[in-house]
Parts: sequence; structure tokens; C-alpha cells
Amino acid sequence: MELQAVLMAAGGGSRMMDLTYNTPKPLLPVGNRPLIWYPPNLLERVGFEEVIVITTKEVQKTLSTDQRLKTDVKMRLDVVCIQEEADMGTADALRHIQQKIKTDILVVSCDLITDVALHEVVDLFRAHSATLSMLMSKVHEFTETVPGQKGKKKAGEQRDFVGVDITGKRLLFMANEADLDEGLVLRKSIMRKHPRMLIKTGLLDAHLYCLKRSVVDFLVHNKSVTSIRGELVPYLVRKQFSKSLNSQNATEDSEKNHKQQDTHHNLELLSTSKDEALLQLARERSCWNDHRGDMSEAYHGGKLRCYVHIMEEGMCYRVNTLAAYIEANRVVPKLFEDPPIHPAAVVSERSLVGSDSIIGPLCQISDRTSIKRSNVGTSTTIKEKVKITNSIIMNGVTIEEGCNIQGSVICNNAVIGRGADIKYCLVGSGQRVEPEAERTNEVIVGSDQLMEI
Amino acid sequence: MADSDGRQVDSINHSTGKICKELTKEEKQRLRKEKKQHKKNKKDDRGPPEKEKEKEKASVLAPSKPATQSPAHKAAPVPVNASASESPVAAEKPAKSKAEQRAERRARQDTERASKQGKKEGGQQSASSKPKATPNELQPVVKRLPEHIQVDDPAALKKLAKKLERQQVRQINIVPLRSDYGYKVSLFSHLHQYSRKNPPTQQISIPATVIHPSIVRLGLQYSQGIIAGSNARSVALLHAFKQVIQDYSTPPNEELSRDLVNKLSPYISFLSQCRPLSASMGNAIKHIKKEISNIPSQCKEEEAKRRLQECIDSYINEKIILASEAISKYAIEKISDGDVILVYGCSSLVNHILCEAFEKQRKFRVIVVDSRPRLEGREALRRLVKKGIRCTYVLISALSYILPEVSKVFLGAHALLANGYVMSRVGTSQIALVAKAYNVPVLVCCETYKFCERVQTDSFVSNELDDPDDLIVTRNGKTHLENWQTVKSLGLLNLVYDVTPPDFVDLVITDLGMIPCTSVPVVLRVKNVDQ
Repeated sequence: MELQAVLMAAGGGSRMMDLTYNTPKPLLPVGNRPLIWYPPNLLERVGFEEVIVITTKEVQKTLSTDQRLKTDVKMRLDVVCIQEEADMGTADALRHIQQKIKTDILVVSCDLITDVALHEVVDLFRAHSATLSMLMSKVHEFTETVPGQKGKKKAGEQRDFVGVDITGKRLLFMANEADLDEGLVLRKSIMRKHPRMLIKTGLLDAHLYCLKRSVVDFLVHNKSVTSIRGELVPYLVRKQFSKSLNSQNATEDSEKNHKQQDTHHNLELLSTSKDEALLQLARERSCWNDHRGDMSEAYHGGKLRCYVHIMEEGMCYRVNTLAAYIEANRVVPKLFEDPPIHPAAVVSERSLVGSDSIIGPLCQISDRTSIKRSNVGTSTTIKEKVKITNSIIMNGVTIEEGCNIQGSVICNNAVIGRGADIKYCLVGSGQRVEPEAERTNEVIVGSDQLMEI
Repeated sequence: MADSDGRQVDSINHSTGKICKELTKEEKQRLRKEKKQHKKNKKDDRGPPEKEKEKEKASVLAPSKPATQSPAHKAAPVPVNASASESPVAAEKPAKSKAEQRAERRARQDTERASKQGKKEGGQQSASSKPKATPNELQPVVKRLPEHIQVDDPAALKKLAKKLERQQVRQINIVPLRSDYGYKVSLFSHLHQYSRKNPPTQQISIPATVIHPSIVRLGLQYSQGIIAGSNARSVALLHAFKQVIQDYSTPPNEELSRDLVNKLSPYISFLSQCRPLSASMGNAIKHIKKEISNIPSQCKEEEAKRRLQECIDSYINEKIILASEAISKYAIEKISDGDVILVYGCSSLVNHILCEAFEKQRKFRVIVVDSRPRLEGREALRRLVKKGIRCTYVLISALSYILPEVSKVFLGAHALLANGYVMSRVGTSQIALVAKAYNVPVLVCCETYKFCERVQTDSFVSNELDDPDDLIVTRNGKTHLENWQTVKSLGLLNLVYDVTPPDFVDLVITDLGMIPCTSVPVVLRVKNVDQ
């Protein structure tokens, strides 16, 4: 087998607590489908037949009971539960399932919604025998107004600095602004080998990684690495140009001397069998070089290579903030050819449902309601004379007569009293908005949730 | 009268016997007329059956005429006539039906061809396919051109698509057809032209299950040029085959010797879709297939696999590694101190020879000639300079200026054809030609496993077209050829190979020794006898 897929669905959604305090992030509905449906859909379309899903018990329960998921997803989901309280990082999770991993892996995060041609990422991994191959995309500016946002919030954004070579494929440098104290420090060894480097900042990491099997072994030995994105990827990118890697003698010596360094060299532990000798012979005889201008051979003789595919066009969203969630809800229905109004929904004839809205199954939409540019989830009841524009209504919501909802997000099982006027608000899970209320730009959550930080 | 009577008497006396002869003669005449009519009809596209019927009527009248023209023997001829009229009719009927069948078949083929012509775009190409088709029809002995150089003939394309479909398992098309890219120069429209932007893996599933992952990786590396050069490609191919054999397990009720060969066929089709196979790869594949089919049926799977792996290793060792050692030994004899050696592009064998010669303390300097768009000479230059050899670097346009300094030319080869022609990187024939004009000896270095039984006298019939976008260059931020596809009269041609006639090659250095170019068929014959 060439690749095994691993889906990380145990994240808490720490940047959108208002949405996720009652519903786990993987189950948030986007386009009337749970968020966790999208990565397996992408993998299935490409040809994967099974996926290892790492998630919490709650999500696992829903996965096994949700009918729609069962029918839509044809691939085998091998669900591995981890304790929510254990607060495992993604690398810890990989270490946890180490026994199941037998080949190279493709790690994908559950909050990724994209239509990328996956073969672009995997081809880099295959053709160059890369240790790491990842996907990045140009950041889209979010245009929708985010409820509950007071003023512009640009200050909190931490930029990622990504350095690639002139071809735009080889990953040379990766650092987050938070990790840099005063300035960007570039090692001379990188500049000597790749004198031309492009440093990009407006990129979004899609959290889709192809990793070699040896990296998993390395993680098993190095228990200090907890997060793939935060620690492992920058480490691998740095290690490409590490001095000890390139000279065979150095590795042998240091292996004898330091036991600690042993673990680091697990990365380059390629079996020196006859087959490797053949590959080496083929490479020697081949008249190809990935760079020119200096006297070194292809890849500068380095065995560790990291590649990145940067998506110029196409859709790539990571639903980890409220703004991204709203944007995704807006764009995703256009991806699929599902009928906008689910056949199981009961929509009265005298209501107006716009063409860019989607209605989930088992809904009840009464007369003289107008729904424009909105997503309405399953089992929602909407009474008469309601006007809904630009909003996201999740599952099980009841909206009484005469309401006017604009630009808002109404979470599961909320109840909006009659005649309420809600503009750019976020109504939390199970909340009640009293009748004749007028709320603008507020986050309505329960008082018990206010205690959580 | 008597004569005519006599003749007719003859014709009637030898009635039962000779009437058949007469009829067959008439039949033959009829058929000849029909053929002429059909040839006319193909150009006019008229229904031959009409003509047929007309001629049938005429031919019916014809035998009846001589029959009725015998007034003398009424009694005798009458029954004979009757029989004569009957038998020609009877003989005609099967003849008519046969001729009719043939006519119908021809009519059907004509209409099919007409509809195909309607679909085709180039009128020239249809004209070329017509004469190609008709000789095939009339003389089935004519050898068919291989499918990969009949890209402009939709019938051949359909056949290729069917062949790829046949290699499918469980309704999944194993080998997706890669589509051609861009406008092809008309002289080379029979060859495939692919773009690097459309990789062959677009339709291959991830993870690759139907095609072995190491074959997918190899195909990618071929199509992106990461593994380039005849020797490198063969070694990488054999390495991938080793991994395939390693992961192979015989299904129940199948024999390894037969099933493994069937398994390899779609892989080879996939690889040829990524990049057309080289002659060396073809020979290696033939050898492997022979070894696989020679595995005795009572051999256990593990033993068979081990044997095959050993066989692959020994092939590489003998034909590539040891061969290059032998060739460098012979070649070093030809390098003397003070030589100025010209090399073209990056040939792994020539580089090896020069490095060995340098190690053996020969004093020489090298001139590396390079050409766009591949600019492989830079890699050769890097390797030689790293070794410590004094090098000069020129582009092929400076060839005639630099040749007066050169004492020898060493060229590598992609394949050596059976008529002594050398197939090598495009530009090699120019080098050989100019070197001949300056009376500089040209030595071609080639291992025997690259000898090929093909015969070619020009570079058009069988060649390879590389990605045309490679020719586009950006200078000072401007890319003039960016939208070359919109200019209808512009075609970009990126040829990969060309053939050098044996008159320009003075010596071929092989692992069997130093032979003249024309001895290649002898070597091939000896090799075949050995096997």
C-alpha cells in the first residue's frame, strides 16, 4: 500500500468557543453537513478506501448513528478514540496509533474544506521521495460581517513566514511570527545552497501533510514533540540543512558517541540494501539536477526533503474561526450538486426561498417567510412571516412568527421568540431569545458558558 | 462461321467440363471490371451494388448470347444451352452472391471510411490514411506500423484505447489515456506530445493500488525528467520491477510464469504513456519477460522470486556496470596526452570514460557542447569540473568555430540501429556531420544492450516529442511566446532524438570491443544465437 490516511478530529475548536461549547467542532454543520464529512469526501473522490479517524467518544457516537453520514461516505472509517481530557496534540495522536501505521501517511485535519487536486501534493511526495509534502493556499480575505465582532481585529493575527525556492515547490524555511524574537534569522547553509529564496506571508496552512513512515518512528522515539504543525514541521524543515545530515561519516560518529542523537538520525535511517544502491546508481547516471550554479549533485546530497504545493486558485478553507465558518457556509453549497431544498423538507408554497439558500431535511417552513442566502439545518421549524437573510441556522432551531434575522448564526436547538429582530448576532446552543427582542452585534450564550475561558 | 461454330462447338462440346472454364474466364473478366468500378466508386462514393447489378445483367446476357448464337446444333445445344444457361446462372448465383457480398462489404467499408473522414479534421491526413488502409485491405501481408506512431489515425487511436481497456480489471481502467497537448507540427503529427502540466497521475487513484506505487513513482520521475538518460532509465526500471516482484503473490490457480508477465503489461503501458520507452528499456523488458516465462512451473514462489531478483541484478551488473568498465578500458586506449576531446550533452558513459581517463593520469582537456532547451551539458560540465578536468563550454551554434581545436569527438548513444545508424540526442548528427567536414574522428560509445533491431534512416518516422512549453523563455520579465497556442500558424517543436548515418561515425566502442558502425547487425545476430 502506498499511503494511509489519518483524519485528526479531536480538536476542540478553541478559536470559536461560542460555537463549540456544546457541539464538538467536527460535528458543526457546514452546508448542512457535519464538518467531519468533508475530508473523507475529498479522500474518497481521489481513491482512498479507508481512513483512520482519531476523535473523541462523543463524535464517534454520532458518526455511528448519523444516517446521512453512513450513506454518503462509502469508505471504511476506522475510528480511534482518545480521551478528551488527555489534551493530546496531533503528534501525540500519531504516536498513539503507531501500531496501525504500516506505510507512509497522509494526515488531514477535520476542519479542512478544499477542492484541491490531491495528486499535486502526493506527486511531489512520490517524485522526489520527500519526507514531508504539504498543502498551502493563498489566504482569502473574509468579506462577511462576523457577528459579535467589535471593531477590526488585525492585531491578534500571527503571520507565518514560508520560504520556498525559485521553483516554488521546495520548502526551505518556515517560522511563525510568534517564534521569532526580533527578526528573521536565516542560516548560511540555506543561503549557500539556495541563494534565491522567496519568502511568502499571505499563506494559509491547510494542515494536510504527507509524511514518510520513518517520521512516525521518529515521533515514537521523541516523545517531546506534541504538535505536527507547531513542532514537527518546522523541525523537519530545519533539519533539511542540518550539518550532520549531509555527511555520512558524521552521522556514524555521532551515533556512537551520543545516544540522544541516535533518535535524531532515525530520520535518515534508510535501509542500505542492494535496492538503495540501485536507486543511487540510477540517480548518478541521470543527467538531472534540481538546481544549478554550484558543484553539488541533485538535492545537494541531502536525504531529507520537504515540499509544499501552494494553491493559487480553488477553494481551501480551514474552519477554525467564526469568520472562516461563515465564509465556508457561504461557499460550500456551490460545490455540490445537491438540490438546495432537501426533498424531505416541508416548504410551504407561499414562502420565498432564494436560489442560493439551502434547506436541510425535515424542516418546516411556513407561509410568507423569505429566506435569502442562508443555510437552514435539519429539523428546523420556521413559522410565518419570518425574514431570514445571510444567516446560518443550525439543526433543531425553532423560529417563531414575525422574526427578522439578518447576518446571524443561530446554533443548535435555539429558540427565537416571536417578533424578535436579530442582526449580526450569534445565538448559542439551546439559547432562548425572548419575543420582541432587538439584538444587534451580540453574542448570546448561556451564563454558565461565560465562566469558561 | 465454321470457325466460330467450331469454337462454339468446342465450347459446347467441352460443355460440362469447359463451360466452367469459360464461365470462370467470364467471371474473371467480370470481376476485373468490377474491381475497376470499385476503384472508381471509392473516389465517387457511389453505390457499387447498382453498378454490380448493371454488370450482372450485362454478364447474364453475355453467356446467353454465345449460347443463342449456335443455330447449327439446335437439338444438342438446346439442352446444352439450357444446361449452359442454367449452369452459368447457377454458377453465377454463387458468384453473384460472393461478388455481391464482397461488394457489400466494400460498400460498408467505404461508408465507414466516409464517416470517419467527416469526423477527421485534416484532409491531408485522411488522404494519407486512405492509401494506408487500402493496401492493408488488398494485401494483408503488409506490416502494420506500431500504434504509438499513428497518432493522427483515429482507427489506430481507437485500437490503442481498446487495448488499454482490455487491460482493465474489475471495470476500472488501469492505464488512463494521456491526452495530447498543443498544436503538433504536421511532419510529426503521428507522434504524441504531452505537457508536463498534465501529469499522467491525474486519473490514477491515491493511493495507487491498481498500478504498483513504485511504477507510479517511476512514471512520474520519467515524465518530469528527474530520471533521464538511457542507462538511468533502465536501471530505475529494473529497480521498480524488483519491487514489483517482491510484492507480487501468485493468485490461486495461476502460474507465476504466465501471470507475472500479464501483471507487468499494464505497468509497461503506463510507463510508455508517461514517456515513450527507450530502446534500452525495451531490451531490458524483453529479457525480464523471457526470464519470467522460463521459470519452471514446479518452482516455488519464493525461490522463483529470488531467482528473478538475482537475474535482474546480474543483468544490471553485466550489461551496464561491467560494460561501462570494459568500454572505458577500450576508450582510454584511444585517448592520448594532449588530446582535445569534444563531448555533447550529458552521456553517463562518456562522463565515466573521461573521469576514468583522468584518474589514469591522461592529460587532456574537454570541450562540452550544449544545446537548448535541455541544457544537459551543464550537468556534464559540473561533473567533469568537479573531477578536476579542464573544460570549455560552448553552445552548439559555436560548433564550427571550435572544431579546428578538437582532436576527437566522443558521443554517447541512445540506441544503435540495425542498419548502423546511431540514435542519440537531437544535435548529435550535426556534431558528427561538422566533425566529418573537419576530418575529426568521431567515436560513439554504446553498450551492447542498447543495440536495437529497428531500422531507421531518418529522424521523422520514430522520434519523441517533448513538452513544447520548454522552448518558451522569459528574458527581462517578458515572455514573448506565452500565448503561442493562439497563433494558428505557429507550432513549437521540441524533438528529443535524431539519427546519425554510419558514414559520419568512425568507430563504435562497445563492451565487445571496438567495431565499425556497420557491424551492428553482426553483433545482433551473434547475440540472438547466444540466446
